[in-house]
Amino acid sequence: MVKKEFSALELTKAFLDEIDKSNEKIFAFLTVTRDSALSQAKRIDDLISAGQDLPLLAGIPLAVKDNIMVEGARCTASSKILEEYIAPYDATVIKKLKEQGIVILGKTNLDEFAMGASTENSAFGPTRNPHDLSRVPGGSSGGSAAAVAGNLSVCALGSDTGGSIRQPASFCGAVGLKPTYGAVSRYGLIAMASSLDQIGPITKTAQDAALVFEAIEGKDEKDSTSVNSKIKNQKSKLEFKIQNLRIGVPKEYFMKGMDKEVEKTVKNAINKLEEAGAEVREVSLPYSTDYALAAYYIIMPSEVSANLARYDGIKYGYSSPAAKNLMEVYSKSRGEGFGKEVKRRIMFGTYALSSGYYEAYYLRAQKVRTKIIEDFNRVFKSVDVIATPTAPTTAFKLGDKTKDPLSMYLADIFVTAVNLAGLPAISLPCGKIQGLPVGLQIIGRHFEEDKVLKLGEIFEKL
Amino acid sequence: MLDLKDVQHIAELARLGFTNKEIKNFQIELSSILGYVGKLKKVDIAGTEPTYHPLKIENAMRQDEARQEKHKLLSGFLNA
Repeated sequence: MVKKEFSALELTKAFLDEIDKSNEKIFAFLTVTRDSALSQAKRIDDLISAGQDLPLLAGIPLAVKDNIMVEGARCTASSKILEEYIAPYDATVIKKLKEQGIVILGKTNLDEFAMGASTENSAFGPTRNPHDLSRVPGGSSGGSAAAVAGNLSVCALGSDTGGSIRQPASFCGAVGLKPTYGAVSRYGLIAMASSLDQIGPITKTAQDAALVFEAIEGKDEKDSTSVNSKIKNQKSKLEFKIQNLRIGVPKEYFMKGMDKEVEKTVKNAINKLEEAGAEVREVSLPYSTDYALAAYYIIMPSEVSANLARYDGIKYGYSSPAAKNLMEVYSKSRGEGFGKEVKRRIMFGTYALSSGYYEAYYLRAQKVRTKIIEDFNRVFKSVDVIATPTAPTTAFKLGDKTKDPLSMYLADIFVTAVNLAGLPAISLPCGKIQGLPVGLQIIGRHFEEDKVLKLGEIFEKL
Repeated sequence: MLDLKDVQHIAELARLGFTNKEIKNFQIELSSILGYVGKLKKVDIAGTEPTYHPLKIENAMRQDEARQEKHKLLSGFLNA
């Protein structure tokens, strides 16, 4: 662009044209912010013609998951209850990316309120996997992953509560980074489960993910759970050498019943890292697959039931016209406005927190959470990163798992422990089976994003 | 299997309106999820403290800031 071979406006227009052409079949975007995208691009071209310095991400097209607020644009969380909701301010991540000159193309589809593993729970229809339109893109950030994989955007933002960045990145053959809990501000993200949610990038390469991550990370006064991590990250980046890296491979992540071809592809990827000089050793994380998923499906719905209490038919969005009294304003607006999976999780969370069951479910799950964290702490004493498959299968067909909620939950068996422990993790494309991408998950210590990102960059060149 | 009455009580606590058919579906689905998470009973948690949050941060405070609103709807209200 600086060489004036093409302008930011031309680049933006090319992507908008591609969205016009392909979005109907992939359905990655819910809203295309054409006018603001064009004016953001024009501002970059003006800077170039004035010969001024360009910010780091000048003119780079970005797609934003529709649970992250962009001022003036619709923000639906793919729910009927927020169908007409216009975001009144920019999320901190959006403010930071705008300062870096990014061009926002639009808002992407997700499972309603980020609850799901296939993007089929969207109130506005499912997104399709660009590698095979009869298959799901994963979820819940399925629209963002499909936008990047389908060349409808250069990069995207997703959110990850229990795998919702990494699992769709794996299914779509993209790179997806879930940062350490607290590394990125959640201000302006529609809350799902507040002790687990994190915003992160979905991109084509690890280097792109690093660029977006560096632009959005850091402490934000408006998110009291955000912390400053910059110094530690830069230090680990400078000192990184694959010959000094110890990779732990937990035996529990290669379990009975998982797709054999996926297992082979991921093991091949780990062998490549070993051949490149890393030391690979088997480790054990007994609590972090099955038990983690069970603990996650108590803790997450409990937080969901509290966070979604705000949608009461009065403060936000949809209000049932059939309600005759205040109780019915609540129950009918929520009953009609929320989709099935959202209601299922609110119900289950309400049950887990209700008097008489709190100790048996919620408290027990939080104690198992401590066990999971102790597991990781122990293993991270002898290794620097942990390598696992991101998902037990490749992308499944639309409709395959919608009838049995539990089978959908099992799609997240390798990704939820990371959220419970607040660790950073990346999913990297590591091969294909019959044209469908497979993801390698690299988990790092708290605030060591740069190590997993750097390892990603090296892996891509192997 | 959860009692139908219990499921109705939870729906009331959650302020969610359901049809009879929906509530029966929920009875089956919630029971199956309960069956799955029941495996946590096998974990020995004696002497283990609960973790409510991955980071140990206390009371992060900031100043409130006023913002100039520029939405049409709002200025409509103010000038009415």
